[in-house]
Amino acid sequence: MTPPPDAAPPGLDRRAVVARLVRDRGALLVVSSLGAATYDLAAAGDHPRNFYLWGGMGGAMAMGLGLALAQPSVPVLVLAGDGEALMGLGSFATIAVQRPANLSVVILDNRLYGETGSQHSHTAWGVDLAAIAAGCGVSETATVDDDAGLDRLAARIVRSGNGPCVTVVRIGGEEMPRCLPVRDGAWLKARLRASLDLGPL
Amino acid sequence: MQSDDSGPGPAWPADIHDVLRGFDVTQVAYVPDGGHAELIRRAHDDAAMRAIPLTTEEEGVALLAGAWLGGARGVLLMQSSGVGNCVNMLSLVRTCRMPFLALVTMRGEWGEFNPWQVPMGAATEGAFALMQIRTMRADTPDAVRPTVAAAAQMAYLAEIPVAVLLSQRLIGAKVFVK
Ligand SMILES: Cc1ncc(C[n+]2csc(CCOP(=O)(O)OP(=O)(O)O)c2C)c(N)n1
Ligand SMILES: [Mg+2]
Repeated sequence: MTPPPDAAPPGLDRRAVVARLVRDRGALLVVSSLGAATYDLAAAGDHPRNFYLWGGMGGAMAMGLGLALAQPSVPVLVLAGDGEALMGLGSFATIAVQRPANLSVVILDNRLYGETGSQHSHTAWGVDLAAIAAGCGVSETATVDDDAGLDRLAARIVRSGNGPCVTVVRIGGEEMPRCLPVRDGAWLKARLRASLDLGPL
Repeated sequence: MQSDDSGPGPAWPADIHDVLRGFDVTQVAYVPDGGHAELIRRAHDDAAMRAIPLTTEEEGVALLAGAWLGGARGVLLMQSSGVGNCVNMLSLVRTCRMPFLALVTMRGEWGEFNPWQVPMGAATEGAFALMQIRTMRADTPDAVRPTVAAAAQMAYLAEIPVAVLLSQRLIGAKVFVK
């Protein structure tokens, strides 16, 4: 195995990326994958329509799909790490088949498993998650590495398109201070449901 | 080649479909199994349901959790070999108290000719038990409707995760001939 060509390439500031994406969120529902994506979302400000995963690795995109199908008139964003997306690659295919127009997947690609000690992930060797999504049949895919692209993405995720979109955002590999949101899943569930006027049992 | 007789099929898949309709289940996620073929066909044909083919069973666990977050009821159809694929994702169901309902067609327990189906078939209940997911079993055609209805009631009205095991004796052992 050859080492990755560039161990820690520069990229956008992950905290700034996520803050920008949720700045004008409106009704947006957000599911974040375990680890740094969850900390980034929390750092941008807690919100009843945030669902922070602390586990279930590989399930973030599928969870977003179920939510998007259940609430077809509300935009849904899945914020996933590259490691998370690699564990749930099949969900690109499942999402492509269902074509939910209100679902966006944003992959925060630092080419690392940041949470576990910053080991290189497959994307460090060039595995292209946007191309995989496109190959699965997701018709709208992109890779973003500048502020102009980020602005376009922020506008896209709060409205429905012709189908789902998958965007890889190239972020830097720096570790950020952890920002820990609530980790009581049942409580987060009830809070998000209440924001949709769905009651408890 | 499969030599199952090709007359009109048993009534229990229609019974399950009926029960799911009665509970307003709208997301029917599945990894195909021969025993679920009729129910999968019905789900695809039912405008009130969304049939969702999965690439792996654990995807379905996460999908149904998302559905419930958004107020929709879902069900996961799979064969016993897929249960092991779900184990870690069931943490999501337990931690968030999600109303999980799975319908599992059993292999490896009754007239099984394929030894590869036996280890996971024998471990199916145990795999659910590992994650404290209760199982109920239907062994005869008449037991299917009340068992699925009881399980659905517990899942959706009490937020208790339940898996119904549809026995291989009920489904009929697959017979291969040269
Ligand atoms: C099933 C499972 N395998 C492994 C882990 C350990 N783990 C936690 S976070 C993580 C890496 C996450 O990487 P990524 O999604 O890229 O996030 P980031 O780099 O932004 O931290 C891993 C492997 C886990 N929690 N669950
Ligand atoms: Mg990463």
